[in-house]
Amino acid sequence: MAGSIQDTFFEECEELLEAMDEGLTAIEGGDHDPEVVNAVFRAVHSIKGGAGAFGLDELVAFAHKFETVFDEVRANRLELDTKLIQLLLRSSDHLSDLVAVARDGGSTDEAHHDVLISALEEYIEEEEEELVFQPMGLGGAFDAAPIEMEKERIYKIRFHPLKDMYGTGNEPYFLFQTLADLGTLEVQLDDSELPGFDALDTDESYLTWKLTLTSTESKSAVESVFEFVEGLCELSIESDSDAEDEANALAALDAAFGVMPEEGADQVAAPFEAPVPASEPVAEAADPAPAPAAAKTAAPKAETAKTGPNPTLRVDLERVDRLINAVGELIINHSMLAQQIANLDVADLRDVETELEGFKNLARDIQEGVMSIRAQPVKPLFQRMARIVREASAATGKTCKLVTEGENTEVDKTVIERLSDPLTHILRNAVDHGVEKPEDREAAGKARSGEIRLTASHRSGSVCIEIKDDGAGVNRPRVKQIAIDKGLIPENADLTDSEIDNLLFLPGFSTAKEISNLSGRGVGMDVVKNAVTALGGRINISSTPGKGSTFTIILPLTLAVMDGMVVSVADQTMVVPITSIVETMRGSDDMVNNLGADGTLLSIRGNFVPVCDVGAALGLDKPDHDQPPGVYLLVETETGQRSALAVDDIHDQRQVVIKSLDGVCGNIPGVAAATILGDGKIAMILDPESILAASPSAAAFDTERRLNNAIAS
Amino acid sequence: MQSQAEAKHDDAEIKHAQHSEFVSFTVAGQAFCLKITQIREIRRWSPVTILPHAPADVLGVMNLRGAVIPIYDLSARFGLQQTEASERNVVIVVSVHGKPVGLLAESVSEIISINPDDIQDTPPVDSRNTMDYIQGIISHDDTMVRIINLDAVISVPEQVLS
Repeated sequence: MAGSIQDTFFEECEELLEAMDEGLTAIEGGDHDPEVVNAVFRAVHSIKGGAGAFGLDELVAFAHKFETVFDEVRANRLELDTKLIQLLLRSSDHLSDLVAVARDGGSTDEAHHDVLISALEEYIEEEEEELVFQPMGLGGAFDAAPIEMEKERIYKIRFHPLKDMYGTGNEPYFLFQTLADLGTLEVQLDDSELPGFDALDTDESYLTWKLTLTSTESKSAVESVFEFVEGLCELSIESDSDAEDEANALAALDAAFGVMPEEGADQVAAPFEAPVPASEPVAEAADPAPAPAAAKTAAPKAETAKTGPNPTLRVDLERVDRLINAVGELIINHSMLAQQIANLDVADLRDVETELEGFKNLARDIQEGVMSIRAQPVKPLFQRMARIVREASAATGKTCKLVTEGENTEVDKTVIERLSDPLTHILRNAVDHGVEKPEDREAAGKARSGEIRLTASHRSGSVCIEIKDDGAGVNRPRVKQIAIDKGLIPENADLTDSEIDNLLFLPGFSTAKEISNLSGRGVGMDVVKNAVTALGGRINISSTPGKGSTFTIILPLTLAVMDGMVVSVADQTMVVPITSIVETMRGSDDMVNNLGADGTLLSIRGNFVPVCDVGAALGLDKPDHDQPPGVYLLVETETGQRSALAVDDIHDQRQVVIKSLDGVCGNIPGVAAATILGDGKIAMILDPESILAASPSAAAFDTERRLNNAIAS
Repeated sequence: MQSQAEAKHDDAEIKHAQHSEFVSFTVAGQAFCLKITQIREIRRWSPVTILPHAPADVLGVMNLRGAVIPIYDLSARFGLQQTEASERNVVIVVSVHGKPVGLLAESVSEIISINPDDIQDTPPVDSRNTMDYIQGIISHDDTMVRIINLDAVISVPEQVLS
């Protein structure tokens, strides 16, 4: 149970960190609206609260410092200048690191941690009052930074548990024990309501305690002890210095946003997930501690709520996937039904066909709806990228700004997850190699600070992600020289500009002059290209010298369905992904040329491309050179090389539902996955790349021609 | 009515408390059986989709209500001649390591009730391959029925093409 609560906490941390990043980005962009500052403060505070409950001391201590500085900002005691904003940004990065460490283990850079702590401390005023979050039952789980001693206060607490509280397993004794940790506690039981033994209802609550606490703790600390029984008891806390400090009341308000496991830890994220209903509990929670500030603060919160996101529902991803599978079945089932009906020997099928058409449309609606559940905006991904650019800029001593556009573009969740690495790589490259040093930029008449533009958009059934920098562009003579030096292209190769740019994607290519901290670790852009291709996408680069480079990534909208060309190979029906097909053509004898014993070349408008017989490559039948297969699919490999796949026939082009073969059988060379066709039969989805690799003749040819043909495109 | 049927069922249960039910079937003319609880369903053979580069005893994959399941030729698996699959044959769908797998058999015979005490150990014979696949043998209606050790026949699915 504890594990699952902790999981929920980390899930929420993600959201809180996102909210924090979002707020900080807005602040960085010049938006110093108190609400934005408040939002970030709340996010940090909630993380701290949850972390405290799980005894994550380091996280709590850091979040506390961070939060304290923000509190100062909130109280207008600190001005948000560039230096502070940079510090806050770096601190937020570090906070997400700490969360990651707490979740996955490992360690953070301690030196960095200390530097940030001391930098934050510089901003914390000495007379500042420490607000300590003290989770109940785990009191003393953390000891946040030196608590300044203050004069002792006397709190008079009246505590009457409702019967529900006993039902949740809360024990007044432990509450009092935690209170006793805060100072000197006197407990007085009021059992006047207790009826006679006969009238006693064992489920009812009759007892009231009067507590007198002498403590140096702030009122919020005292209140937080009762946080877990919020709403389960009648509680009044009076202090001799009640109206002393508005900040206390504010803190009480924030405490209301803290962790309340009994009511589902979802409450933590509530302000961000469902702000409209959440604003009510805020006001309520402030009730036990009536303070003028409470109402004041609650009002603007309700305002933000109106503009906030729609209420959301958190669902296990597996459930959604099951639904997607079921819908896939529904569509297959429909086409099977349609085929069966068409085969029926009935004179008038018009009515049935009309209904069937309706069925089809409904199925499609459901499919689109379900797919959209998996689709998520790229916003969180883009926000993480801002951090990458920040770190890369700091490491290279350059100043770069990331501008994002189309953050609300929705992409399949898996695509988003698997896009993170390639994007990180491209952005680091853009900062490291693309954007020039500030001096150089000034000399070139550009602004000192570089700009990298990250854009997402939908483009005719696919998603387009563009990374554009305003740097120096690809240094073509250098790129070409390196490719020659590394033996990737022959010395006398005559390449167009775009061909040179695409050399960057060749395996084993890395242009970094000196090995920097960021890129140039021997991992080149080919890794990026592979990652994008694995998602069924394409990547392109275009560059203008002196103006910058643009990387364009085109991705399919979803991974569950893809467009395929239905072909037949050796009496089997198979599907070839449309994305890999450049051109299809019906072969004629004069197009086919033999080369050596087994090699076959296809002549396409004067160009010769190697032919790979799909049936032979899959070991389905013997290649028959006397009777060349009827149809050729011209495909382009990752290295930009073209080959012709020989198949028997092309039937159709349609959307197919991808069925993974993982766990059904091992990795089959040449086969990417399977799908179920309209007749209920399974068809293999081919992977042209690995078919070519598996085909002996094509492989031999490939090695021979690699140097000459590295970028035939 | 229902209670009567239930009572009858209970009787049978008590009578056969120590008995297990097995489904017997023939593969290449020989009688084999599997515990009834291991079998998920029995289907008529329909042509499967060939898996490229698959060994001879892996016939291919079949669509089982939207799931892609591999089909093995039990006969080839046991080192007997390969089955010429036709509509008369059956596919026994079993669950191995939590995954559905189809086994091609010639035909299903009957459900037999076996007292565990009647199961004999496999006498040592030369064919090692077969020895591993057979858990034990029983005599039923004067014929020898071989009990298949499913876990040995179908190892981890990933190894199919290794």
